[in-house]
Amino acid sequence: MDAFTTHTGTALPLRRSNVDTDQIIPAVYLKRVTKTGFEDGLFAAWRKDPDFVLNQPQYAGATIIVPGPDFGTGSSREHAVWALQNYGFRVVIGARFGDIFRSNAGKAGLLVARIDQKIVDELWDYVEEHPQAPITVDLEARTIVADGFETDFEIDDYTRWRLLEGLDDIGLTLRQVDAVEAYEGRRPAFKPATLPERTAPVG
Amino acid sequence: MGRTLSEKVWDDHVVRSSEGEPDLLYIDLHLVHEVTSPQAFDGLRQAGRPVRRPDLTLATEDHNTPTLNIDQPIADPVSRTQVDTLRRNAAEFGVRIHSLGDLDQGIVHIIGPQLGLTQPGMTIVCGDSHTSTHGAFGSIAFGIGTSEVEHVLATQTLPQSKPKTMAVNVDGELPPGVTAKDIVLALIAKVGTGGGQGYVVEYRGSAIEALSMEGRMTICNMSIEWGAKAGLMAPDEKTFAYLQGRPHAPTGADWDAAVAYWSTLKSDQDAVFDVEVDLDATQLTPFVTWGTNPGQGVPLGASVPDPEVFAEPSDRTAATKALEYMALTAGTPMREIAVDTVFLGSCTNGRIEDLRAAAAVIQGHHVADSVRMLVVPGSARVRLQAESEGLDVVFKEAGAEWRAAGCSMCLGMNPDQLAPGERSASTSNRNFEGRQGKGGRTHLVSPLVAAATAVRGTLSSPADLDRSDALVGADQR
Ligand code: SF4
Repeated sequence: MDAFTTHTGTALPLRRSNVDTDQIIPAVYLKRVTKTGFEDGLFAAWRKDPDFVLNQPQYAGATIIVPGPDFGTGSSREHAVWALQNYGFRVVIGARFGDIFRSNAGKAGLLVARIDQKIVDELWDYVEEHPQAPITVDLEARTIVADGFETDFEIDDYTRWRLLEGLDDIGLTLRQVDAVEAYEGRRPAFKPATLPERTAPVG
Repeated sequence: MGRTLSEKVWDDHVVRSSEGEPDLLYIDLHLVHEVTSPQAFDGLRQAGRPVRRPDLTLATEDHNTPTLNIDQPIADPVSRTQVDTLRRNAAEFGVRIHSLGDLDQGIVHIIGPQLGLTQPGMTIVCGDSHTSTHGAFGSIAFGIGTSEVEHVLATQTLPQSKPKTMAVNVDGELPPGVTAKDIVLALIAKVGTGGGQGYVVEYRGSAIEALSMEGRMTICNMSIEWGAKAGLMAPDEKTFAYLQGRPHAPTGADWDAAVAYWSTLKSDQDAVFDVEVDLDATQLTPFVTWGTNPGQGVPLGASVPDPEVFAEPSDRTAATKALEYMALTAGTPMREIAVDTVFLGSCTNGRIEDLRAAAAVIQGHHVADSVRMLVVPGSARVRLQAESEGLDVVFKEAGAEWRAAGCSMCLGMNPDQLAPGERSASTSNRNFEGRQGKGGRTHLVSPLVAAATAVRGTLSSPADLDRSDALVGADQR
């Protein structure tokens, strides 16, 4: 994973709440076995509408998306994160997020910055007035800064540290393999195993 | 101070904890399916890592699998690629797999309990948000993303921050014809789709204790629909009875040791939850959704709400958009809404008890001419069990289609989809826009309401068929 320190880009205001991961990328687009190429599925149903914000020329090239509360709820599909990244987004700014989406984003290197809905409202107004204004998201300082707009954002310390360092979670855990083995040594014997395979008779 | 059930299970799985970092949790069971795993196996391959514990891992094919002609190759080439990829990965990494056509194949959340692999006091994960289903046995079970799937495959652990705790107390006796599904739909309408975010929820109270294991699974299944990290229930005699004799349930001395441990798995009297929510079971009625998220629901006897009644501006906007998408007018009685399709199945309501309850309602009736009804058992064994009881004949004689097991129209990755503009009454868990097919409109319902709706062609309860005798205790054995 690439390290994330700061990012500067323009923003896309998505004035909708409860945008679940089925809306971010519908199930029919999930059939690839790679992590790329999902940009076609991003907001697939809404994109057919020429008025949909993603189709509005003033927001072309936006790399920061600002949705309403409860973004990324529903299905666990990490494809939602990949679709946003494949399309070019690096940062999501909002008030509330689905837990699994937020965790997936952290693993995949998409920054999820949390701010109050009141400030989201202000940011929406700001971006709609200045669609091409560059906005800088500074993970080190936890700030979002533009010309005439400034706020702090929230992110948990651990995710922030991993993003800043660009650390691979699996590599980190494998350093703890002794602790894992010790735990395995004290697991109760009655815990089930999938192997050897057992099955019930028919009927 | 005492500990809650979820804290006990959590504490028993901490491999390592360190100030300022998430706990490293050991995972007892990792379930895998074809949609969220290919990129994870690929990651292992690229890094040259093995699956650490194939013996704690189980794969099945469910999301893409067809429910007709299952003895033939999957027609859709992309679906076939995904399923073939899972088969190759399972073979390469030594993971047990239940493929289409296999006796133990089925929806991942149905086969875990069915095989006796889902037991109290475990940590269970799967690249699927409805993993919360397994919480009905007193386990911490939650959905994870593909990066985490890879993490668990490689390490059998997951770094996790300890969630907050919530109790949902459901007390009192459910009125006849009101089921577990109605409890959870009413709950989500009350607390909102984000109400559980950051919490592990313990469902408790006399109404929960009265439910069968199947009913309990229905409620835990939908925990994610109100944003909870996981939902669980204290195991009891019903839990133990359900497990005893299943293929992977412990036996002999192991059984005794397991039951002794399982019996400790309840929240202490003096345990304190961060939040408690109460729901009065005696006041519940059959519940149905009118909108495009599971929180947009009302009692079946109510009408489509006016968006203006919502206090929050974002809820008003969401309701207006939902009504537009659903092609509904505020004030229309829910009972007057006509559907084209009824879907009985999914990991929410695709278990044998659900099929029995629906069959009891539909027996002696016929599916309305304007309606197609799809009955999709949650697993191959549920299908066989139903057939041995003659339920397939009841459904077929009533004019319903009897299918093979899988996720099917719950998410429409296989050919079972709604056409644009079509409307369904569905026993699944998500009424999101396009979930069951592009432009499709979904009303979430219980199996009893699904069956009655199929007969009358409009959203209905069994009482509307004047067959109220069929439904007493349907979810409460
Ligand atoms: S039945 Fe539906 S909700 Fe359940 S696992 Fe399958 S797609 Fe997911």
